[in-house]
Amino acid sequence: MKYACLVYAEESTFAAMSPEEGTRLTDSAIDYDAGLRARGQLIYAQALQATDTAVTVRVRGGKASITDGPFAETKEHLAGFMLIEARDMNEAIDIATRAPMAAVGSLEVRPFLDLSHS
Amino acid sequence: MEPAAGDWQRRIETVYRQDRGRVLASLIRLLGGFELAEEALHEAFAAAVEQWPARGMPESPWRWLVSAGRFRTIDRLRRRARLDGVRDELLRWLESESAEAGMEQGELADDTLRLVFVCCHPALAPDAQVAMTLREVCGLTTEEIAVAFLTAAPTVAQRIVRAKTRIRDAGIAYEVPGREQLPDRLEAVLRVVYLVFNEGYAAHRGGSVLRPELSAEAIRLGRLLAELLPDPEVLGLLALMLFQDSRRATRLDANGDAVLLPEQDRSRWDRAQIAEAERLLRRVVEGREYGAYGIEAAIAAEHALPRIAAETNWPRIVSLYDLLLVADPSPVVELNRAAAIAMRDGPAKGLGLIDALIGDRLAGYAVAHEARAELLRRLGRFDEAAAGYRQALVLAPEAPVRRLLQRRLAQVTSAQGAASSAAMSSMSDS
Repeated sequence: MKYACLVYAEESTFAAMSPEEGTRLTDSAIDYDAGLRARGQLIYAQALQATDTAVTVRVRGGKASITDGPFAETKEHLAGFMLIEARDMNEAIDIATRAPMAAVGSLEVRPFLDLSHS
Repeated sequence: MEPAAGDWQRRIETVYRQDRGRVLASLIRLLGGFELAEEALHEAFAAAVEQWPARGMPESPWRWLVSAGRFRTIDRLRRRARLDGVRDELLRWLESESAEAGMEQGELADDTLRLVFVCCHPALAPDAQVAMTLREVCGLTTEEIAVAFLTAAPTVAQRIVRAKTRIRDAGIAYEVPGREQLPDRLEAVLRVVYLVFNEGYAAHRGGSVLRPELSAEAIRLGRLLAELLPDPEVLGLLALMLFQDSRRATRLDANGDAVLLPEQDRSRWDRAQIAEAERLLRRVVEGREYGAYGIEAAIAAEHALPRIAAETNWPRIVSLYDLLLVADPSPVVELNRAAAIAMRDGPAKGLGLIDALIGDRLAGYAVAHEARAELLRRLGRFDEAAAGYRQALVLAPEAPVRRLLQRRLAQVTSAQGAASSAAMSSMSDS
């Protein structure tokens, strides 16, 4: 089954890191992804730029509104995500638990919803 | 000709379903815990995907997988040791000859048994025991367990995570309990297996197509246990499940309504399964060491063997219930005994016993009210029977049982009408 692991973290956490700490976190995250990929468990992983680069789009009544910033004003923001292939939810949880980012932020594990034309 | 890539994927998936449990079990023993073992399990299967298509399927896939998991873990620990400069205990043990010896000897077969005992450890809550057993031993996914027990997947997932944490933190030993503890610990294992079976057997609760599979899983577990640990109670439970499951096809009619035992079509009972159960029961009886499951299996045999309901040996069933009341006393056993006495000595005898049980401990038990109503119906006391069926309907949640009860209620209500109009006409005749 396929799951998304959405990584939420406070942006101030990254800002507060020393360059060495930042490098170590990045390296371990890249190594972790490589390990998952080698076992066929990683579909895709991606870190995201900070929320000050975000734009939120919505269309209501045919009118588009474009606003600066993330969708929700919260303390923790989406910092990246992994799309993984796991046998079941517990395996997905294990993968999320071992991810280096779990020690910094929170990972939300969500099963894919398969949609198709009826 | 070598199979194509897609075929290999299917073949490896089949191995995964069949052997995951015992490969994991052996890796847990070798690596000392679930976490490392699960990682090793992945790496072993990843290695299989890489190597089997080129080199062919190994003679014993699960031994190959255990060995691959072990070597990949050694590699990983060595890499870590080079980074940290620390060679830990585990790495030394994995490289040692005793780890190798464990692979060769009979240890591998016992690993599954160890895993069963850990999953059913009394330090875990009953829900967690069931979820752990189904996932780790039977190889069901979290989502399948959730569907089967009508629970949300995250709830089941958390149960499993907590159970594993508890196993690790409490330092629960990965071993088959010694002789002194074995009876108690085995009782917990058998309770889990029987609970899984009943969850599947109560198919009339509806709501899930997976339920019959739960019974099949329980029987598979029972067979595995019987092979590894042929204790009389293990054999007894397996026989009991096989006897009960042999009636599966006849327990609901074409409309999905419950069918009671005397009315089931016996020609459609699974005779092969009954024969297997009989052989198991004979082994229990010959061992002369009976437990509650053995006695229940003997009772189930008395129901399963006669070709017609009228040939049921009720005196023998009553005496088996007498035994069961000593081995494993409970109000439900008393209720079943009362129903058997009603069959042996007539409904009036059973009715008194059931009335006492309802007045005391079984007031809220639908089956007791249904049994009471059946006896009243047979006694021709239709008024009271109708009241009994109504009470059972208040308490019974399962739709197929409710439909049966409603049909019975309609029967006694019209019989009651017929009886009173017959009385009226005989009065007018006189």
